[in-house]
Amino acid sequence: MSGPLLELAGVTRRFGGLRAVADVTLSVPEGEVIGLIGPNGAGKTTLVNAIAGVHTATSGTVRFAGEDITRLAPWKVARRGIARTFQIVQPFPEMTVLENVAAAAMFAGARAYGREAKTEAREHLRFVGLADIADRPAASLTLAMRKRLELAKALAMRPRLLLLDEVNAGLNASEVDAALALIRGIAARGVTVLIIEHLMKVVLSLCSRIVVLHHGVLIAQGDPQAIIRDSRVVQAYLGRRYAAGAEGEHG
Amino acid sequence: MLWLQILANGLVLGGLYACIAAGFSLVWGVLNVINILHGSFIVLGGYLAFYLHMHFGVHPFVSILLAAPLFFALGYALQRSMINRMIAAPVLLTLTLTFGLDLMLSNAMLTAFTADFRKLILDPPLGIVSLGPVVLPVDRLLAMVLALALTGLLYLLLSRSRIGRAIVAVRMDREAASLMGVDVKGVYAITFGLGALMAGASGPLLAMIFPISPLTGPVYLGKAFVICVLGGLGSVPGAMIGGLALGLVESFGALWFGSEHATTLSFVLLIVVLLVRPEGLLGRKGYA
Amino acid sequence: MKRDALIAVAVFALVALAPLTGESYWLRLGTTMLMYGVLAMSWNFIGGMAGYPSFAVAAFFGLGAYTGAVAQKLGVAMGSAWSLSGLAALAFAALLGVALLRLRGHYFAIASLVVAEVLRETVNSATDLTGGGMGLNLPIPAMRSVEAQAVFFFYAMLGLAALTFAASLLTRYSKLGFGLRCIQQNESAADMLGVNTTLYKVAAFMLSGVFVGIAGAVYASWVHYIEPPDVFDVLYSVKAIVMALLGGVGSVFGPLLGAVVFLGLEELVWRKFLEVHTGVLGLLIVLLVMFLPKGLLSLSRRLPWARRLP
Repeated sequence: MSGPLLELAGVTRRFGGLRAVADVTLSVPEGEVIGLIGPNGAGKTTLVNAIAGVHTATSGTVRFAGEDITRLAPWKVARRGIARTFQIVQPFPEMTVLENVAAAAMFAGARAYGREAKTEAREHLRFVGLADIADRPAASLTLAMRKRLELAKALAMRPRLLLLDEVNAGLNASEVDAALALIRGIAARGVTVLIIEHLMKVVLSLCSRIVVLHHGVLIAQGDPQAIIRDSRVVQAYLGRRYAAGAEGEHG
Repeated sequence: MLWLQILANGLVLGGLYACIAAGFSLVWGVLNVINILHGSFIVLGGYLAFYLHMHFGVHPFVSILLAAPLFFALGYALQRSMINRMIAAPVLLTLTLTFGLDLMLSNAMLTAFTADFRKLILDPPLGIVSLGPVVLPVDRLLAMVLALALTGLLYLLLSRSRIGRAIVAVRMDREAASLMGVDVKGVYAITFGLGALMAGASGPLLAMIFPISPLTGPVYLGKAFVICVLGGLGSVPGAMIGGLALGLVESFGALWFGSEHATTLSFVLLIVVLLVRPEGLLGRKGYA
Repeated sequence: MKRDALIAVAVFALVALAPLTGESYWLRLGTTMLMYGVLAMSWNFIGGMAGYPSFAVAAFFGLGAYTGAVAQKLGVAMGSAWSLSGLAALAFAALLGVALLRLRGHYFAIASLVVAEVLRETVNSATDLTGGGMGLNLPIPAMRSVEAQAVFFFYAMLGLAALTFAASLLTRYSKLGFGLRCIQQNESAADMLGVNTTLYKVAAFMLSGVFVGIAGAVYASWVHYIEPPDVFDVLYSVKAIVMALLGGVGSVFGPLLGAVVFLGLEELVWRKFLEVHTGVLGLLIVLLVMFLPKGLLSLSRRLPWARRLP
């Protein structure tokens, strides 16, 4: 298809007097794996919320596959092919792992009820490695497993665009490596991925492009290696002192 | 100058209403529990004043001083023994629980006092006073002043005392408060006790002005609901604003629609406000 | 689902034999029990399956009662009046649902509670149409004999209860039911997964209103005389909730089981403790909420043969 998959034009989101996201313009072509970084409170989750329809952008537009989805309700956005995971996982606690994923398949994905949804759900569970605990209630899972469940649910939605919000928060090193492999697998299937991350190793190994947010403003974007040395980025994270040092090193 | 009189009536009512709702609002805001018993506590306080006056000639203002510690203890005990166990339970269960407790209390009151309306008659009656073009009954005026004083005391307690600060802290952020060393369960119990205290203490004030009967409990509860939706939860200023607003609405509503529709009017207002602003007019910080 | 349907058919068939006893007492009791069953099962749609603590049962009941009564007063045949009540309740639930279901938790509960009060007052004031506070007398049904009437209304309620149960069963095993469960577990997650939460919640609310409305109309015809505080009594809402809690909120059989047990208790208590019977009801509620919040069915899950009850 022609044109980028996701297009943000001047997206601003205010909460009262506070501008959580300020005039962000971004274009994401299909198949890209793009990283969204920035210090805490930079507005990354708010931006994802604006794309997913949880918050409506105060001004600006969000276009997905050419369609203006700025004002669409979350459930409609989900059905258009955008899936997102939550920083704090949101399962259906008393339902089984299988039912959790089947729900995603049913309502946003293939839309088939009953057996079809459950069969598809099992496939996704196999992909993330949770197939053998399919009948356990979601509340009984460890954090790492819940993160994988989130991923399975997102996949069952058959998304064209996957928004991952801190999917590695709280995981130990080996769990992060496993998650990394999964995400690579997803991207290999052709799903466009936008990943909010704090861990540089993840961002550097996964993403072909990085976008940096600071106080809601997009301050830099480009090649990962170049971005982490960019003085503006270093200044945003660590303050002016370190920025000058970085400049001196490579300038 | 009729509207001035209506306005004055509304303000006087408003002061009383603020007192009625302050405790209820506090409990809802801090514990996230709607205390259906609140209305019945008010009525019970009224009966306490009524009987003390009838048998021992105790003035209702004095009854307030007696009611306060009694109701505090009652509320505290109730919370520690029953409501505390349900504190994390879903809304349905806590609401049904207090409903059940209220059924017990109001049945007991009906059995003990019958449904007949009683009126606490002061002898000699206090008469009326004219303030310019406005005429007000002295008993209502005094009751309003006392109600405001009581509400003011609550406010001082919340803003100046150590326990008050703890209550406010829990209201804002329960987890943070407990991490700071606040005994949350204790705060809950004290808050509930305070709520009961405010209800029981406003009973005598209301008994002076309006006839009492166990049947009026739900009416006061209904008013407390409306005041909370109008004024926000868990804060005394909120209860004051809500109370004043309701007093004015009822006063002017009585003029335009007749006084028998006062309650319905306030309920319609409640629904309309919730439709427009699902978190209530002044919103709330914290729970849903 | 088939197994549950079979159990239900057996139970209802058994109950349908009740008129054979010839005792008008059991017939009256049975009719009340079936009506309670309708109320509890209806509440379950919105309160149990969707997880929204509704206190609107009394509003629907009163609305249905008055719609049916007024219709009959104006000459409409009884059966048609009942259908009209169902439609009125359905429409009212749709409008009210769209308005109120944006509210959560306490606010929703209060708003739904208050609606009944507003309706009651409105009916009270519309004296010309509804008789206001003096109540409304209904025309006597075609069959004159008291016994025939008793049997007729028993089967009417039975049919309504069976209908309500069928709706519960079908919903529970359908996509609607699954979606409602998701909403009940975590509404924002359901939203993000593509569930049209507004549509589903309103559907559940409409289901919670339609059968209750018809029950109100049947009740009015049954007792021949209604007045506002009687049919808009908040206790209908509370009892519906208590019965569902007693049996097991959210399940298909729970509310029905709860209604049966509740009625049994109510009859026992009413006979022995007339003066304090609301107090005893209150005590029952307190004990239930504190010690058995998941209902009787949760106990039976320990028994192997009952384990697979929904």
